[in-house]
Amino acid sequence: MSTVQYTYDPRHLEASEPTKYKPEDLTEEQMLINIGPQHPSTHGVLRFEVITDGEVVVDVVPHLGYLHRCFEKHAESMPFNQVIPYVDRLDYVGAMNNEHAYVMGVERMLGIENDIPKRTEYIRVLMAELNRLASHFVAIGTYGLDIGAVTPFLWMMRDREHILRMLEWVSGARMLYNYIWVGGLFYDLPVGFEERCKEFVTYLKPKLVETRDLLLNNKIYVERTANVGVLSRDLAINYGVTGPMLRASGLRFDLRRIDGYSVYPQLDFEIPVGEGTVGTVGDCWDRTWVRYRECEESVKIIEQCLEMLTKEHKRTRDYDPRAMVPKKIRPQAQDFYVRAENPKGELGFYFRADGRSDVPVRCKARSCCFSNLSVVPEISRGVLIADFIAIVGSVDFVLGEVDR
Amino acid sequence: MTHTDIQSLLQSEFGASCVPETIENATPKGLVISAEKLQDVCLFLRDNEQTYFDSLSCVTAIDNGMEASTIEVNYNLYSIPYNFQLLLRAIVARNEDGAELPMIPTVSDVWKTAEWHEREAFDLVGIKFDGHPDLRRILLPTDWQGHPLRKDYSTQEYYHGMKVDY
Repeated sequence: MSTVQYTYDPRHLEASEPTKYKPEDLTEEQMLINIGPQHPSTHGVLRFEVITDGEVVVDVVPHLGYLHRCFEKHAESMPFNQVIPYVDRLDYVGAMNNEHAYVMGVERMLGIENDIPKRTEYIRVLMAELNRLASHFVAIGTYGLDIGAVTPFLWMMRDREHILRMLEWVSGARMLYNYIWVGGLFYDLPVGFEERCKEFVTYLKPKLVETRDLLLNNKIYVERTANVGVLSRDLAINYGVTGPMLRASGLRFDLRRIDGYSVYPQLDFEIPVGEGTVGTVGDCWDRTWVRYRECEESVKIIEQCLEMLTKEHKRTRDYDPRAMVPKKIRPQAQDFYVRAENPKGELGFYFRADGRSDVPVRCKARSCCFSNLSVVPEISRGVLIADFIAIVGSVDFVLGEVDR
Repeated sequence: MTHTDIQSLLQSEFGASCVPETIENATPKGLVISAEKLQDVCLFLRDNEQTYFDSLSCVTAIDNGMEASTIEVNYNLYSIPYNFQLLLRAIVARNEDGAELPMIPTVSDVWKTAEWHEREAFDLVGIKFDGHPDLRRILLPTDWQGHPLRKDYSTQEYYHGMKVDY
């Protein structure tokens, strides 16, 4: 095999990722600035082509595709159940949630979703909510970092580390778990997990209050984020924005309640919405506030799951998490669209099975971050460059899901 | 409302030929829409107070392969106030290798979110969207050859002097 030969040619960049605006399109006062590719809040790679007039942003053109790893093409070449490790790579800070959404879709397509043991479902929800916490910690922490606050970032990363340790204990991997399988789980919870998790919840509750006092009520932080990047509710719906971003715009819309999948109907939790406490409804502060409130609700869900897992659906000798795992998946010829509430919004999967094989004809992932990112140019026209950074951070996208 | 109710509603509005059939083996169930009327139908479904499909969840373009020789675009609509999902499907003929790409009217002026989804469909499956404000590739480089989610896609041999297929 020969080694890769590549000679640098400046024309290559111009041919592969040309800027939308050419120098002759700009007026004399305007300037083209590239922000990115590695902005701290993007957790990956993304380039914004920003047209500025002085300090004011005139237009923004996002350039995606630096991380493109062909999820959909790849999924067309292997059976449904073998895609799960790859699903983890979509939103790699919320991998359990991706798995939950995908597995739920396949199970519904096969018609076995009601046969899954309750203990399995509660473990799934517990894992998904733990991971939702971890994902929101990254969102809030790095957002603080964008604004210029380092301490909350360190605190949130410290607490996230506890969650990752527990998830590693469960699945054996730190970020990409492959734990939730079609029809069951990879393994039961390790012995002592419930107790450790309870201790963690007790530890976490005061830490959340600390974070709120330090970051969200901080005067500098409020000045930087309140009334910045206001996203109206109609615009959000029109752009397909979902998740905390849509709820911050004032719509009480959560698929965990609307679709009522898994065991969420049996659990008691609230859906926080943005109320414009310090600014306007749907501004950057509200988006982080909704994420913070969701952390509290997730803690509530985790407590209830632990209660169920230690009382009603206890670990028993004859409980086998893999009992329902099908040897071979044989879906009928059909199209299927299923969606779930991920930390960042609605993650949907569109499957098409041809009825002859267990390999999907088409497996499209409708990712939340993709739609959430598409609204950024709309809400950042006419703001200052510093505010633009605040807006980009408040969207909380993971590029693995944008590029897929 | 069920999808057959919506079908009769659309047939009385746009004529029977516009909504020829329903799609039963899909979840959510859906309707096949003739491609020319797509934009009007979507606008009607969004603004009609009986349907009020105010959000577009997903746009999926599927290449049905050389035998069927069709390409279809599936639109997953969702009505937030009615909590109802609907699938719309537009089918167009597939182009021969090297011929002009198939054309479908854009719905990006009905739902802005379609703008990026259509760019993605153009990029990966190779469908042109008539009236799209800014139809460029979104995930792949602009000078990439071919559309990877086509069934007959084969990678180009070299890209900027680098071997693509190893």
